Amino acid sequence: MSEDVFIVGVGIHPFGRTPGLSGLQQGVFAVRQALDRAGLSWPDVQFAFGGSDAAGNADTMVSELGLTGIPFINVANGCATGGSAMFGAYSTIKSGEFDLGLAVGFDKHPRGSFSPLPADWGLPDWYGETGLMLTTQFFAMKIQRYMSLYGITPPMLGAVAEKAFANGVLADHAWRREAVDIDTILNAQMVSDPLTKFMFCSPGEGAVALLLASGRKARERGLPAVRLRAAAVRTRPPGSFEVFSPALDLERGGSPTSVASQAAFAMAGVGPEDIDIAQLQDTEAGAEIMHMAENGFCADGDQAVWIAEGRTRIDGRLPVNTDGGCLACGEPIGASGLRQVYENYVQLTGQAGARQVPGKIRLGYSHVYGAPGVSAVAIVER
Amino acid sequence: MPETMSIPIADDLICPYGEGIALLASRDRATGRLSFPARPANDTRYAQVVLPGTGRLWSWTVQRFRPKSPPYAGPEAFEPYAVGYIELDDALIVEARLVDVAFDALEIGMAMRVVPLPFMLADGTPRTSFGFAPDKGAQS
Repeated sequence: MSEDVFIVGVGIHPFGRTPGLSGLQQGVFAVRQALDRAGLSWPDVQFAFGGSDAAGNADTMVSELGLTGIPFINVANGCATGGSAMFGAYSTIKSGEFDLGLAVGFDKHPRGSFSPLPADWGLPDWYGETGLMLTTQFFAMKIQRYMSLYGITPPMLGAVAEKAFANGVLADHAWRREAVDIDTILNAQMVSDPLTKFMFCSPGEGAVALLLASGRKARERGLPAVRLRAAAVRTRPPGSFEVFSPALDLERGGSPTSVASQAAFAMAGVGPEDIDIAQLQDTEAGAEIMHMAENGFCADGDQAVWIAEGRTRIDGRLPVNTDGGCLACGEPIGASGLRQVYENYVQLTGQAGARQVPGKIRLGYSHVYGAPGVSAVAIVER
Repeated sequence: MPETMSIPIADDLICPYGEGIALLASRDRATGRLSFPARPANDTRYAQVVLPGTGRLWSWTVQRFRPKSPPYAGPEAFEPYAVGYIELDDALIVEARLVDVAFDALEIGMAMRVVPLPFMLADGTPRTSFGFAPDKGAQS
């Protein structure tokens, strides 16, 4: 009999730019906040999983948090670092090995686009030398093709970005906290057609910590709890279209997102129609649109109606990216996937303030995607 | 390479073909699956094959800012360039720079053909890479 797993505390260091603090220090800040909010102290934590993409080794946090001797496992899994840390903590508690642990993700990236090196990705040097190795190109070409197949238009991309910035205004951990109107978004500098600069998220800084516990432990300590119904991490299936692909198979297939999504729904025993709130990877505005379908929330092309009717707004039928997502929060890689779970926790526990989704919400869904074709999905329940 | 072309930017990437070039790929001897770029020539699990030189534009974008160096090795002076995927008949969908075409003329489904692409490294060394240009001789 496996243990039920609950989130019993959350902490966040605001996303954006914090010149005075390293990524690791922002991670420590988030851990302390999660402990404080849960009424726990560091010696209560029995194990930890954590990581960053570009800001150092998570386990060195014990220097500041305390030398309690716990196992602290560093996770380095690209864009799924946070999701993988949570999957590790979830599985550890579910197995019964420990009953209270930490998942932490943090990052601090320099300004501008990421600058990956071909050899790190198993690619020849010419691919980078000739200017083909940019994540921005991939995202642009994926949505460009999707638009031609399913009738998605630039104003729909603009509407997604406009919603993100409107939600970010209401989120105290967001980086971009000014509304941007759709005309400004559509007429801004083109970065990679059809995406303008307001349609892309930027690498940034930030940290998120989640405290996970078994049901027994949560009850014993009287901790308010949100149940983690599913945590799934999946890599790409044959025929998917991924970042950094010099060639694709003619026979097109699914995506790591569709595989992870189906696994998570099966684990939770619920379907897309049961979800009340969703945080979907929005590296760029088109990604949110495509991920609505890849995660099973609508058919390809139906996003046009969803957006026109405002179904994904905070007061809509399925609010999506209620804190402004990556577009408003930026993307510190190691922290980004955990931010989505943080936001669902805050929303389900009614602590989201001005951006609180109205009415009774029970099930929250989060989805992170990244290179070289990995997705992590979590479903939480209040 | 034809005499007017500089040496290829990488081994096992392109070869002379007629008046121009062709792309080299690998066919898995066990499964028949094609991969591009080609595997090293000494990998006996794969046979080296030449990809078809024509196909249709599958998707595209325009690179509007100079990529970071490294890995980008092009000249400091930057001009936006188009990039796309080209669906080659019965083969693969290949990523490449798009040349000899105005950005506003790019359209998914248009006929394209492979062409040699002179590429100047930042240190001034000329190399030959590959690109795709509109295939004006193709039936639309």
